[in-house]
Amino acid sequence: MTVWGEGGLTMTEAPVMPLHMQRDRFDPVPELAAAREQEGVTQIVTPFGETAYLVSRYADVREVLSDATRFSNVRPVPFAPATLQVGPEELAKMRAGQMLGFDPPEHTRLRRMLTPEFTVRRMRRLEPRIVEIVDAALDDVEKAGKPADLVSLFALPVPSLVICELLGVPYADRADFQHRTGRQLDISIPLEERLALGRESRDYMDFLVAKAFADPGEDMIGMLVREHGDDLTADELAGVAGLLLIAGHETTSNMLGLGTLALMRHPEQLAMVRDDPSAVEPAVEELMRWLSIVHSGVPRTTKQEVQIAGRTIPKGAMLVLALSAANRDAALVDEPERLDITRGAPGHLAFGHGVHHCLGAPLARMEMRIAFPALLRRFPNLALANSYDDVAFRSFHFVYGLHELQVTW
Amino acid sequence: MKIEADRERCIGSGMCLLAVPEVFDQDDDGLVVLLEPAPQPEHVAPARTAVANCPSGALRLLDG
Repeated sequence: MTVWGEGGLTMTEAPVMPLHMQRDRFDPVPELAAAREQEGVTQIVTPFGETAYLVSRYADVREVLSDATRFSNVRPVPFAPATLQVGPEELAKMRAGQMLGFDPPEHTRLRRMLTPEFTVRRMRRLEPRIVEIVDAALDDVEKAGKPADLVSLFALPVPSLVICELLGVPYADRADFQHRTGRQLDISIPLEERLALGRESRDYMDFLVAKAFADPGEDMIGMLVREHGDDLTADELAGVAGLLLIAGHETTSNMLGLGTLALMRHPEQLAMVRDDPSAVEPAVEELMRWLSIVHSGVPRTTKQEVQIAGRTIPKGAMLVLALSAANRDAALVDEPERLDITRGAPGHLAFGHGVHHCLGAPLARMEMRIAFPALLRRFPNLALANSYDDVAFRSFHFVYGLHELQVTW
Repeated sequence: MKIEADRERCIGSGMCLLAVPEVFDQDDDGLVVLLEPAPQPEHVAPARTAVANCPSGALRLLDG
């Protein structure tokens, strides 16, 4: 299945989409629900060609995520097949600052430097600026005229601009890095190309970080240099910033796109989000649960033999956590296959759980709470401009979403 | 009902503060501050939910 060629690794077969990533429009395929209900733990082959145990029940996924002692995030090579041959220098560079690839205490050291930047209070200070950014994007949609692509004009630019401002990444470079990260996470693109894009992204971050070390600005990268410049290496800072950049726009953008489509398919609920301010917060949580755009977090490796769903898993095994399956487990909510924004926010695993719980969750929540109602009030009669059958879902990607969303109003 | 908050485990998600700001706050480091270790009756139910939903398990209930 994988062959060593000159300069690295080639897959002789295209990656197969594992069960937990298979969707029919909004919904995970019925086979995934069956796996959750019947076995609880099944075997899959990951997009990197490795065999892994798929954990799909809410209680089990939550338990795994909450225990960094028994379930490690450390992989031989971060975000790549374990068998990838990389020189030690390149490996160190790939690893530097990648919080998702570390366990406590290394993870804790990096995370604690960032936690103060993402507090609820800090996010509230951003609120006026987010409102401005959202309004400006809505102006662009109006100017573009009907029909307009909500993904390129609204869903992508809003979180992109916010994270660029927060981090101090020049907005003018947006087209370039969006192009790169969109492709880095697209599994239908050959691995070699994705790895090359990863290197390009790192080079770009290295350049920004070097500028910040020379002259730290008022943004987050500048703050990290000022407060932790003695403790963080340039490579670590580039790694952290790069992670935040990808995480900051690839995710929220897809929630805005898919979430808008989901609401358009449930007009009564769309009306509530548009007209009732108190409906917005629980609606955001329910959309996160029902959409579960991140199929799975980083795979875990067992540090000892464990029992999950009555099955013995050996030490050193790889676990993939099916977040969409866990979020649609009846143990979490009644009638879990239904979108129902009136549930009240019973909790979900879409931001993960445990020490790696999404750092940007307060920011993502704030962006969505502002963006959805603003969009629906600006365009009270928002509708799909083409047929629902023609909507292009982004199917083989680490983050689920839409390629485009043609709307009219 | 009493709540215990472990600031060593806290990862600063702020979810407890969002759920019931009368009971929980976040300091400048992002870590939990327990405003009402023994919540008022009207805060007990949402405080229980906040404890259950805490991503890092930093919150614990001490009651019967």
